[in-house]
Amino acid sequence: MDIPRHWRLRKQRYGLVGEVCEHCDSKVFPPRDICPDCGEEAKTLFSFSGKGEVYSHSTVYDAPKGFDESTPYTIAMVKLEEGPLVTAQLTDLQEKEVKIGMPVEMVTRKLREAGDERSMIVYGYKFRPVMSH
Amino acid sequence: MSEKITLLKPENPVGIVGYGSYVPRYRLPASEISRIWTDGMGGLPIEEKSVAGPDEDVTTMSIEAARNSLKRAGISPQDIRAVWVGSESHPYAVKPTSTIVAEAIGAVPSTQAADWEFACKAGTEAMVAAMGLVGSGMARYALAIGMDIAQGRPGDPLEYTAAAGGAAFLIGPGEEALAIIEASYSFVTDTPDFWRRAYQKYPEHGHRFTGEPSYFKHITEAGQAMMDATDTKPEDYAYCVFHQPNTKFPQRVGKMLGFNAEQIKTGLLVPKIGNTYSGSAIIGLTAILDEAKLGDNILMVSYGSGAGSDAMVLSVTDNISGKSEKATTTQQYIERRTEIDYATYARLRGKLVKK
Repeated sequence: MDIPRHWRLRKQRYGLVGEVCEHCDSKVFPPRDICPDCGEEAKTLFSFSGKGEVYSHSTVYDAPKGFDESTPYTIAMVKLEEGPLVTAQLTDLQEKEVKIGMPVEMVTRKLREAGDERSMIVYGYKFRPVMSH
Repeated sequence: MSEKITLLKPENPVGIVGYGSYVPRYRLPASEISRIWTDGMGGLPIEEKSVAGPDEDVTTMSIEAARNSLKRAGISPQDIRAVWVGSESHPYAVKPTSTIVAEAIGAVPSTQAADWEFACKAGTEAMVAAMGLVGSGMARYALAIGMDIAQGRPGDPLEYTAAAGGAAFLIGPGEEALAIIEASYSFVTDTPDFWRRAYQKYPEHGHRFTGEPSYFKHITEAGQAMMDATDTKPEDYAYCVFHQPNTKFPQRVGKMLGFNAEQIKTGLLVPKIGNTYSGSAIIGLTAILDEAKLGDNILMVSYGSGAGSDAMVLSVTDNISGKSEKATTTQQYIERRTEIDYATYARLRGKLVKK
């Protein structure tokens, strides 16, 4: 059972909440309390805009356990507007061909069920092609 | 029926300070369902319905609609004192959808959170409760959501229309509102037209019994009582919107109440997205707010099986200007469409049994 782990990660997973370094203004994701740029303490919470672009991507046909219901799916490294690189699934793609540099935005989706239909549902960030408005 | 006492009218003026909708991107044409089950014979109740993706449920759809409502309201989620989600397809039987939504939008921990259930009117029921909370001065803002991924048994008439989507409304003080909710009126009886028993996957319905004694009776009673009590007539309204189980019912009930096609058309989304159950009347309201202007009056009447209707009278203020473009509009969600066939639908919605 991974309940404590899922629970600990909920803020960063649901809302892309990371940290900002008070010393050099670097934005940190995932949160780790130490700024990867200047090495100083960085504990102030920061909500990322969720906007970014595809840095690299790959499509998974042979998925690990827990993800096999949704194959094939595409994962990407997404370069967030504020700097950090995150790895996440892309969703709502369909006919859209994934390209490096493609603008994407964060959505909160079901990641998986932590086991079977009796288990807790794990939600978290994915990215989709930017919707116009 | 015209006694003012029957209206629910808040002490302090309340209204909608932000609204947002959500429609998933997949569309299943009704002709595709007909191809599978009736060899293409018979009439179709709608053109196509929206279908949720494999990673979507009422929680994820509510989160997106709530985020859209926050973008339009421009308030801090920390100022929200209630997150209420109405649905008949909450992902858990026990564990609130609303706490996940509240956590995701940053409204925790100082908030009420609860899930509402009243077939297709759980969303408006949450709105009425939010009116009470704000109108009494207990809270400045309350978030009311109606959202569903409706279930229809394969081959059942409901399968043509059972769709996915809904809307979120941030209810707040009248002076900040883009539309004042003048009052609400609810008409409720015990009428068993549609239900789903515990542990059952699909609902049962009373076929033609879902019409006259149910849908039409409750909506016309609620709508007429509201107009009588507020001393208004159909021509006083720029728009009206009703619960939309198919294309015909809302058009017919509108006519029965004295409204014309022009007043109905903006909020009539069912031909393109299907019946979004708890989201049905209120997502129509979001499409209206996307194009409404100062001084427009709106009559909304929801309907929930079992049965009841909530009628609300709204009047649009000058705060409406510039609001629609702050988030994805309902029509933009509707235009974003990927057509699927029945096989893809069966896979997406877990209708293929593998064990």
